[in-house]
Amino acid sequence: MITVKNLNKSFNGHRVLENISVVFETGKTNLIIGQSGSGKTVLLKSIVGLHDADSGEVWFEDTLFNKLPFLEKKVIRSEMGMLFQGSALFDSLTVEQNVQFPLDMFTNKTNEEKIERVNFCLKRVNILNSNQLFPSELSGGMKKRVAIARAIALNPKYLFCDEPNSGLDPLTAIVIDELIKELTMEYSMTTIINTHDMNSVMEIGEKIIFISKGLKCWEGDKNEILISDCGPLNDFVFANSLAKRLRSEYRK
Amino acid sequence: MIKFLTLVGNYFILLKKVFSKPEKPSVYYKQTMRELVFLGLNSVGIIAIISFFMGAVITLQTAYNTENPIYPKYLIGLGCRDSMILEFSSTISALILAGKIGSNIASEIGTMRVTEQIDALEIMGVNSASYLILPKLVATIIFNPILTLLAIAVGITGGGLAGWFSGVVTPESYIYGIQYEFIPYYITYSEIKTVFFAFIITSISAFQGYYVEGGSLEVGKASTKAVVYSSLLILLFNVILTQLLLS
Ligand SMILES: Nc1ncnc2c1ncn2[C@@H]1O[C@H](COP(=O)(O)OP(=O)(O)OP(=O)(O)O)[C@@H](O)[C@H]1O
Ligand SMILES: [Mg+2]
Repeated sequence: MITVKNLNKSFNGHRVLENISVVFETGKTNLIIGQSGSGKTVLLKSIVGLHDADSGEVWFEDTLFNKLPFLEKKVIRSEMGMLFQGSALFDSLTVEQNVQFPLDMFTNKTNEEKIERVNFCLKRVNILNSNQLFPSELSGGMKKRVAIARAIALNPKYLFCDEPNSGLDPLTAIVIDELIKELTMEYSMTTIINTHDMNSVMEIGEKIIFISKGLKCWEGDKNEILISDCGPLNDFVFANSLAKRLRSEYRK
Repeated sequence: MIKFLTLVGNYFILLKKVFSKPEKPSVYYKQTMRELVFLGLNSVGIIAIISFFMGAVITLQTAYNTENPIYPKYLIGLGCRDSMILEFSSTISALILAGKIGSNIASEIGTMRVTEQIDALEIMGVNSASYLILPKLVATIIFNPILTLLAIAVGITGGGLAGWFSGVVTPESYIYGIQYEFIPYYITYSEIKTVFFAFIITSISAFQGYYVEGGSLEVGKASTKAVVYSSLLILLFNVILTQLLLS
């Protein structure tokens, strides 16, 4: 469980996050949704400590994470996996070396054990026979999946995904969403996903918070989202004409 | 002024991060070997070619400036030797390497920053500054002094060959000249400078790359700045070190 209390963050006097408080639950896919530029990435990075919050608290279980000194943060970080908006695979390493990297860095496994784990993770995300390829030789969807494999290599307790399916076709996007959801349940991780894709929201939105202009406007699940009376959220959810038509049919 | 002080402050904060305890020495060792090849071995060619031609030019110029028979011919070899050892092998090579490996380091690290690869390292709990920069520092500090020796040897050879083929000096008097009143300390002096310059090139370029914000445009700017700033600092430290070491 990750608890955020009264989190504030600004850049050069420009307020990006305002007083965000939220609880992210274990074993569930927690979604942060909002328009482009609303502060989702900044919120996620403030939670994991890549940005320093101006004020507020971030708790991992009962540890106050954001006030820990660097070395103690590292201990909790070894339990985190993160999928970045642009995949962030290491260009100079092959697929296999990318997934193996955290194992090299933080375990004392033998080479055979590491390769076995790497192949297990790659198989889990359905990347086969591509071990020796470089990231530049992969498609966008494959990169995301390799990045997921790298993120779960050390069996993390916490998984963070920044727009796991942006730039993917709807089918591949759903495959990735399902994969993240399955992994979350299988290993009972605490998973936080940033997205502005309504398909994902409807597929895997077990707990959803909606951010608009740095404020948390709404919190609920995928069933409640269709009947909320929060104005900005409705604009977001029913942005396209298909959704608007469905809503008017539904209301009749 | 405040901006400048912040910059200097950030530079030293980064250095402190670079020199903290490595997570996994074996991984660092492997990285250092890789950097020795990328930053070191891959520079052998350019340094050899440039030194060869510099040696040749210095010899010819010394020869044409000392045509008056009152100057003994061995002065030509001596002139080439001392220019190569004192300035060329360390300072000029360092300026060339600032262009080659400096821009390489800044753009590599800068690209990793803007594509969130550095964030990915941090989130795993890796000290990204140390992991990315320390192996490069160690590799250049080990290898650049070897490049300096190479530059001296190749440059003096190039000078001899140019003198011989153009007929401005006989091989015998050239060889006599390069041995005449040889001061071994000059080599030490040159190597000390090289180590300082290697540190400047790598740390300044890495600093420029590490704090890039934005996209590929900013990475390009950072690598230009890396070359400019490290070249300027090399010239400045050349004066300071020469005063300290030779006076
Ligand atoms: N490093 C930074 N420095 C200054 N401002 C920043 C920085 N990072 C983000 N911002 C600002 O914070 C705001 C929120 O950005 P953020 O990246 O969190 O949006 P987002 O919700 O993730 O959008 P998207 O869906 O497009 O990824 C933007 O106005 C952006 O300009
Ligand atoms: Mg974002």
